[in-house]
Amino acid sequence: MTFSTIGTVARRGANGFERKRTDVAGGLFKAVILSALVVSLLVLAVLLIDTVADAWSQLSTRTWDFLNGSLRSRSIDDKLGVKQGLYGSFWIGVFVALTAFPIGVGAAIYLEEYANKSRLAAVIELVIRNLAGVPSVVYGLLGLFLFVERSTIFGFVGLGWLADATGGRSVLSAGLTLAVLVLPIVIITAQEAVRSVPSGLKEGAYGLGATKSEMVRTQILPYAAPGILTGTLLAMSRAIGEAAPLILVGAITGGLTRNPELWDTSGLREKFTALPIIIVEWVSERGRDPGFSEAAAAAIVVLLVLVLLLNMTAILLRNRFEKKRG
Amino acid sequence: METPDSVPGSLSLAALAGSPRRVRKERLISRVMFCAALVSVVVSALIIYALFSEAWIFMRDVDWSSTWGELGWFPRRGIYDMPTLLVASLWTTLIAMIVAAPLGMGAAIYLSEYARPTDRAILKPILEILAGIPSVVLGFFALLWLAPNVVAHIGGEGGRGSMLTAGIGVGILTVPLVASISEDAMAAVPKSLREASAGLGARNAVTTVRVVLPAAVSGLVASLIVAVSRALGETMVVFMAGGAADAAIRTYSPYDGSLTMPSAMASLASGTDQVVGEGLTFQSLFFVGLVLFLLTLGLNLVGDRFVNRVREQY
Amino acid sequence: MTAIDDLTEGPDSEHLLEVGAESPAMPEVVFDVEELSVYYGDFQAVQDASLQVHEHEITAFIGPSGCGKTTLLRCFNRMNDLIETARVTGSLRYHGVDLYDSKVDAVEVRRRIGMVFQKPNPFPKSIRANVEYGPKVAGLAKKGPAMDDIVENSLRKAALWDEVKDRLDDNALGLSGGQQQRLCIARAIATDPDVLLMDEPCSALDPIATTRIEELMHGLKDDYSIVIVTHNMQQAARVSDRTAFFSVNVNPESDTRTGILVEYDSTQQMFSNPSDERTENYVTGRFG
Ligand SMILES: Nc1ncnc2c1ncn2[C@@H]1O[C@H](COP(=O)(O)OP(=O)(O)O)[C@@H](O)[C@H]1O
Ligand SMILES: [Mg+2]
Repeated sequence: MTFSTIGTVARRGANGFERKRTDVAGGLFKAVILSALVVSLLVLAVLLIDTVADAWSQLSTRTWDFLNGSLRSRSIDDKLGVKQGLYGSFWIGVFVALTAFPIGVGAAIYLEEYANKSRLAAVIELVIRNLAGVPSVVYGLLGLFLFVERSTIFGFVGLGWLADATGGRSVLSAGLTLAVLVLPIVIITAQEAVRSVPSGLKEGAYGLGATKSEMVRTQILPYAAPGILTGTLLAMSRAIGEAAPLILVGAITGGLTRNPELWDTSGLREKFTALPIIIVEWVSERGRDPGFSEAAAAAIVVLLVLVLLLNMTAILLRNRFEKKRG
Repeated sequence: METPDSVPGSLSLAALAGSPRRVRKERLISRVMFCAALVSVVVSALIIYALFSEAWIFMRDVDWSSTWGELGWFPRRGIYDMPTLLVASLWTTLIAMIVAAPLGMGAAIYLSEYARPTDRAILKPILEILAGIPSVVLGFFALLWLAPNVVAHIGGEGGRGSMLTAGIGVGILTVPLVASISEDAMAAVPKSLREASAGLGARNAVTTVRVVLPAAVSGLVASLIVAVSRALGETMVVFMAGGAADAAIRTYSPYDGSLTMPSAMASLASGTDQVVGEGLTFQSLFFVGLVLFLLTLGLNLVGDRFVNRVREQY
Repeated sequence: MTAIDDLTEGPDSEHLLEVGAESPAMPEVVFDVEELSVYYGDFQAVQDASLQVHEHEITAFIGPSGCGKTTLLRCFNRMNDLIETARVTGSLRYHGVDLYDSKVDAVEVRRRIGMVFQKPNPFPKSIRANVEYGPKVAGLAKKGPAMDDIVENSLRKAALWDEVKDRLDDNALGLSGGQQQRLCIARAIATDPDVLLMDEPCSALDPIATTRIEELMHGLKDDYSIVIVTHNMQQAARVSDRTAFFSVNVNPESDTRTGILVEYDSTQQMFSNPSDERTENYVTGRFG
């Protein structure tokens, strides 16, 4: 028996004869398809295992020191670590939550409940969908323009005050830039959550004389909360993993002298770095000092733990509520 | 005004007018929500303004011969050879698609047509985890694992990055994107079509190839277009594993290192405290950004068209 | 804020419209509908309906599905405002006030005209919170004895109190379908409305639950005017004082179906001696 091509099988299979041949080709097709999935999963597995193996020399012996240490010029330095990156990434997450979350949820509620399918709303929706596809490095340019350079618009609307307020190349600038970057994600997921609120609940509230804002507060927000939270967690995880915009707004890769505690707000308008930037930096240092490969791997493990924790919380949250609501 | 106010059961218009305070409050809240929605529009306008205003200076002042036909991309020396970046962008994107299209679509077909619900419940979150992996991690993986273990066996060098290495890394990054858009497209194919085919005695593979895939073709195309757009804009994987630092000689071989548009931008902005260099270096950043922005925007708009076509069909 | 407060606030006097009692024998008119048409975009769902709804009566809307009963009912408390494409022409007066006057606030209207929906839609909260919802948003009462009274009275009127008094803080979704619908009635009563609109309140319920709600409606009539949509003719005959029969006109050119009011009369007349042949066909089961 020969393996026939899928096309032939399709033609013959449709009228039901030569069943055996169909089986073989069908099985082959399934095997090919399955192998695509298996390869993807294998890549993921290799990536995780290889990284953890590389990171082992740092993490197995000095986890705590590594988490508390700072950028150093030699990989065997006792004080080498990622604390400065954790500081930057932590505050980036905070700024995203503080700005993208309320603005995104407000926008989603406007579009779903207030906008009445107007032309303007359609334009806003289109804009949001396209913003979601803008490369992250372009957002970096926006951050550079708005928060770092003392820019003007057409020469007369000065934006210099923004750069003054953020301190230029600072965590604040980075956080705001990334908040803008993830805003479309927050809006789109929140819109889906708002749309999923049963119309019966909305009508019930309106029928009892609730105003629109009361309906939103008492029905939409409680019901959509898990979905909105899921979207925000995904957005935070995305923001924490981004590096390109940070490079554009001027994250520091070399000597950063301060190593503030996480909650020390005095560092927010200072020079900064973040976990992904540290990884990039150490990867590039490995030519000079090969030990930095392991340091970079260890920093990756720290970053992955943060990102995956946020992601998995989001996914679990969503699955749990999907199941509960059938 | 017909009868006096004393008739029992009568009602005045004013009684139904609602408290002005409440009406005002509602209007205020609605305005606040509107402003939140407007932020996106303002952001878009600012992106376009920022790109155009700085790129305009570049386009006005640059010696155009330095953007075409020079030996490479040396922005700090005033040499901005765009073909260098475009060729590298094309290569990495092409290689990325060669990786992502079969893997992503295959995974999507398996998940949508073969996997049992219990398998799906495990497999989908795993793909979502892959989707959540930051690109710096893939840059590291491409440079330190793919280069020596894969690229070295297909004619490349294992010890450093190249467009081939970066392309594979970018491809892995876009697998979940292709998979999720393709799966959505296949899920949108009505069950009745599948059942009609199965009712004629067709087997699963036949139904998939002859019925489901043709019906979902718009969505599959869309998944590739969006993935191309994503690959063109991917920065960090190419920055780390593309095999070039702040400058690149024009090359047509994927085995060489080079800079794509976004990685050129990142390398221009990194390292030093300020974007410095000869006169237009800073503006060149925005010029490249503008080209990249317009390219990805065009692709996304086309991709959207295809996605919408799927929606209208069913 | 109550109507009295509004009046004393000094409203523009030219908008003070009143209706008198028309004749001593007739009960007060609650809704006076004249030539009312409702459109969804270009599609006309109801054409030129005219009828009067009287106080302390149960008015039933019957007719085949899709003839615009729900559409008309949802004009009575401006629920159609929530559908962007919906548009209303003609006149609809509530105690003499034009409900579609630009000065009328739909929220205020809905606080006076309660609604019970086809599918029971309790909020996924406690039984108590469901009943408290209306009074709270209307600012009628805060938590405390006054609110507890409202909750108890409303649940009693809805004949649900005895079944739930020991589990007021349980989730309302744990109730049976019939109990949920009675909770929705209690919830609507709690704002002390003047009118109750009910859109096929029993269509999702079993016969026993249906009977309970029908019995309940007889009691509610003393306090409220009720408009009920039903496609169950026996139900209309059992509970209502007046019945409006709607049907659809099929427009052969555009192939659209427009709802029309065929006949409106006392229920007794409608079921024993209808004047329109179409009504007769429908109530005798020859059509629909
Ligand atoms: N939101 C809407 N948009 C457009 N058409 C609608 C909408 N709601 C109802 N219709 C149409 O209006 C007509 C009357 O509907 P409805 O009032 O629900 O009828 P009934 O309650 O008598 O069954 C139907 O043809 C229906 O399709
Ligand atoms: Mg109806």
